[in-house]
Amino acid sequence: MSNRQAVGVTEGRIEFPDVTDFADPLLVVNDLHTSFRTGRGTVHAVDGVSFSVNRGTTLGVVGESGSGKTVLARSIMGLLPVRDVIRSGTVEFTGHEMTTMAPAQLRQVWGAQMSMIFQDPMTALNPVVRIGNQITDSLRLHLDIDRKEANATAVELLRSVGIPSPEERIRWYPFQLSGGMRQRVMIAIALACAPRLVLADEPTTGLDVSVQAQILDLLQAMQRERHMAMILVTHDLGVVAKRADEIAVMYAGRIVERAPTRTLFAHTRMPYTRALMNSIPRLADPSGTRLQAIAGRPPDLIHPPQGCRFAPRCPYVQDKCRESDPPLRTAASSEHVFACWFPLVDGAPPPAAGPTPSLDPETQSS
Amino acid sequence: MPTEHKVHSPTLGGTLAGTVPGQTPPIVVATALGAPGSPDDILAKRPLGPLFWFALAWVAIVAISAIIANLLPLQAPNFQNYTAINASPSIHHLLGTDDLGRDLLSRIVFGARVSLVVGFAAVGIGLVIGGALGLISGFKGGAFDIAFNAASFVILAFPAIVAVIAIVAFWGQTLTKITVIIGVGTIPIMFRVVRASSLSFANRDFVMAARTLGATSRRIIFREILPNVVPAAVSFGLITVAGVIVLEGSLAFLGLSVALPTPSWGNLIAEGTSNGNLQTNPYIMMWPALAMFLLLLSINLIGDRLRQRFDIREGLL
Amino acid sequence: MLKYLLKRLAQLVVISFIISVLVFLLVHLLPGDPTTIILGVNATAANRQNLLHQLGLNLPLYHQYWIWISNVFHGNLGQSYLTHATVTHTIANGFPIDLELIIISQVVAFAVAIPLALITARRPNRPLDNVATTGTFGLLALPPFLLAPIFVAVFAVGLHWFPATGYVPFTQNPATNLHDMVLPGLALTAGSIAVYYRLLRSDLIMTLQEDFITMARSKGLSNTRIMWRQAFRPSTFSLLAVAGVNIGSLLAGTFIVEYLFAMDGLGFSIVAAVQQRDYLVVQGITLVVAIAYVVLQFIIDFLFTVVDPRVIRE
Repeated sequence: MSNRQAVGVTEGRIEFPDVTDFADPLLVVNDLHTSFRTGRGTVHAVDGVSFSVNRGTTLGVVGESGSGKTVLARSIMGLLPVRDVIRSGTVEFTGHEMTTMAPAQLRQVWGAQMSMIFQDPMTALNPVVRIGNQITDSLRLHLDIDRKEANATAVELLRSVGIPSPEERIRWYPFQLSGGMRQRVMIAIALACAPRLVLADEPTTGLDVSVQAQILDLLQAMQRERHMAMILVTHDLGVVAKRADEIAVMYAGRIVERAPTRTLFAHTRMPYTRALMNSIPRLADPSGTRLQAIAGRPPDLIHPPQGCRFAPRCPYVQDKCRESDPPLRTAASSEHVFACWFPLVDGAPPPAAGPTPSLDPETQSS
Repeated sequence: MPTEHKVHSPTLGGTLAGTVPGQTPPIVVATALGAPGSPDDILAKRPLGPLFWFALAWVAIVAISAIIANLLPLQAPNFQNYTAINASPSIHHLLGTDDLGRDLLSRIVFGARVSLVVGFAAVGIGLVIGGALGLISGFKGGAFDIAFNAASFVILAFPAIVAVIAIVAFWGQTLTKITVIIGVGTIPIMFRVVRASSLSFANRDFVMAARTLGATSRRIIFREILPNVVPAAVSFGLITVAGVIVLEGSLAFLGLSVALPTPSWGNLIAEGTSNGNLQTNPYIMMWPALAMFLLLLSINLIGDRLRQRFDIREGLL
Repeated sequence: MLKYLLKRLAQLVVISFIISVLVFLLVHLLPGDPTTIILGVNATAANRQNLLHQLGLNLPLYHQYWIWISNVFHGNLGQSYLTHATVTHTIANGFPIDLELIIISQVVAFAVAIPLALITARRPNRPLDNVATTGTFGLLALPPFLLAPIFVAVFAVGLHWFPATGYVPFTQNPATNLHDMVLPGLALTAGSIAVYYRLLRSDLIMTLQEDFITMARSKGLSNTRIMWRQAFRPSTFSLLAVAGVNIGSLLAGTFIVEYLFAMDGLGFSIVAAVQQRDYLVVQGITLVVAIAYVVLQFIIDFLFTVVDPRVIRE
């Protein structure tokens, strides 16, 4: 169900349609699998993920460490190591199939059409290259501008992400900046060439809470300004609660629930999603309230268990859960999919036997 | 270069290449955290490999034969058999003889003693003294550390070769003296390496934890830091052994190693290249050169594999 | 920056001073003296005493030191007891030889090690990498005193491509100079190639796994560009540091090589001087060499501050 436009692929160079011309969806991921061959076996980090993202919208991908969310982000971009990696499925971006692109073509896409914001700005920025140069690298590569213009653009970019005295700071080195500043620089770099899609991999982990909000606000503002789509990967449901149009919850390499944000919170189906929500401490709770953690550990991705992968940790687990893997199916509204045999109904735990009759007939969603 | 890297004037004063605390090796992919790096973990934890065992075997052969040299059925190393000058390898003389009729195999086996004794004993001296000082210095810090560190730098600035040449020439050319001289010379190097290692561990949390449990400094040094420092010290020590063997060889070339006719590999090679021996009987030079080459190769290999095993950074110099 | 330089300069002076004391003590605290050599084995005790007095060698040590060091400040390093050639003259002759040897060996080492490391670090454990790693390992086991005779045997005596001995100053005849330097230079460079290659390769491999390299890729930069601008730059620091240390250890090799190739360098002079108890020559050469090494360390330190932005600004 892709929306192909007539685009030219002349001599290996890909022509990208203008943002406003291209019809949604911007990105379609279909049955993406990514596995790594290691000494101990093949790790199925991403095990069949499908979703789509429209222009200018934000998809939040939420999951614990080990859920595969970072690998997903990199797999979408294609930023994986060359050896011992197996990838299957399709990733269609503005009508182009990314999984079959040659490295030279991928490099055209990276930075210019699709870019990534990394988690730790201290390690993601080259410590011995000036900030300005790290921005202009990208600019001069993808856009046809000279050095002077690139520098001027870099200064403006720094200004727009809220770095004071950008004309000076452009000559600074990363270690001279605070954590929050560095992350802003990263955002500036990622957004330098006005990409259509930004993948933000835990952009605020490791920052002070007060700075986190600023950074997220900044991202949102930039996104709106440039009509940019964003995939926001995080382990913190609270981060995406206000900022994402749609949220996908990942567990053990798969999406276990996906819905528009409000629907997700109002009509949660997956017990795992509910558990994630419960684990967020609330300011309103009286002090001394115990934190609700999810017991147990994520499953082994080399030999995943037979039934539902969340079964060992699910408080409502039944025999059927352990035996067979629940498929992804739609809930009341077609934009809401989940994978559970005994889903929650309006927040209440499922009845003890059999699926509730109020569910729609089981249909596969792509 | 790891980014968490404080470089304080790397050659003077502070620690060379600083400390590299907690730079974790590439991800454990099974938990799918962070960046998928190269899954075959190029530098860390490679299997020892067949070469390693060959190297170990060679060193063992050399060592054992040197030790039991007197028991082996060899012609005495200094015995000159004028009927068999420059003989080619044969049953009687497995490696041939030199220009004075001396059995080459015998000379090499006995000569191994010098190389091995000087090599290991000298480094032993350096490790024990320099290592002890470095261990304490890195842990304690303060005036003690500054003083010794500065001293080690000054001593290392002094051209060691000259000192060794001078002392050997003046003092005497016996095996013991040479060993002691070179041994003392390795003290500052060992000091630096052990100190750098000790320093990097002294700041770790587990030391702090031990302290909060009431452990004395001495106990911490021995029970917590020393076991962590040993791998680095041993592997670096091995590499230094190779360096010392080379130094002895060089000295021999200058005529400053054990006095002839006592064989040492350096002596033998020097003999092999003088008096036109290279043209008349290249074997004289060839065999000890080969033996030394293999020994150096083996020691370097062993030291290197051990270093890889324990993930030591070369920046610890 | 200026403050930093001045601080370093002060350190340089202090260290030089300490070294001069060490040099002096080294020579004078060891047994033996030049009288036996100058006068011959059969010299009488009286003659030897006279000579000692003449040479100023029975003055108290600190006095001797003072005389020597004040002379040094005036540029007078003394004379050889035997040849009466001034020490300065000997050093002036010998120093350029060793310097040239070291420079050639290091230039070759970098020219080989750097490209090789850049290529193999990108594809570790492939055939080229394995060959290179094993090869350089072998180089480590071939110190100058092993390589030099082999080179002489093969290339000089056997093939007659290069001379086994001799040296012509560069200023006199650059072509012959370089031609004669090939064998000694190569004998000296082997170890350095190995050290630099292995260090750079391991450093590059580590750097290539850093996040900022992935980030650079995500910007669409090409692999070559990433290698040069992003990966190589941090590694130059460790190369620089190791070069400093390596050159220090190169000294022994340099002496051996010029001794073996009968080039009239400092090594040659100092070994002879030591054996002849030619104090002033030993002191002079050792002092100059030691100070040269320390100055080199300072230069490298300085280069570090220029090249690595983290050193001063932190």
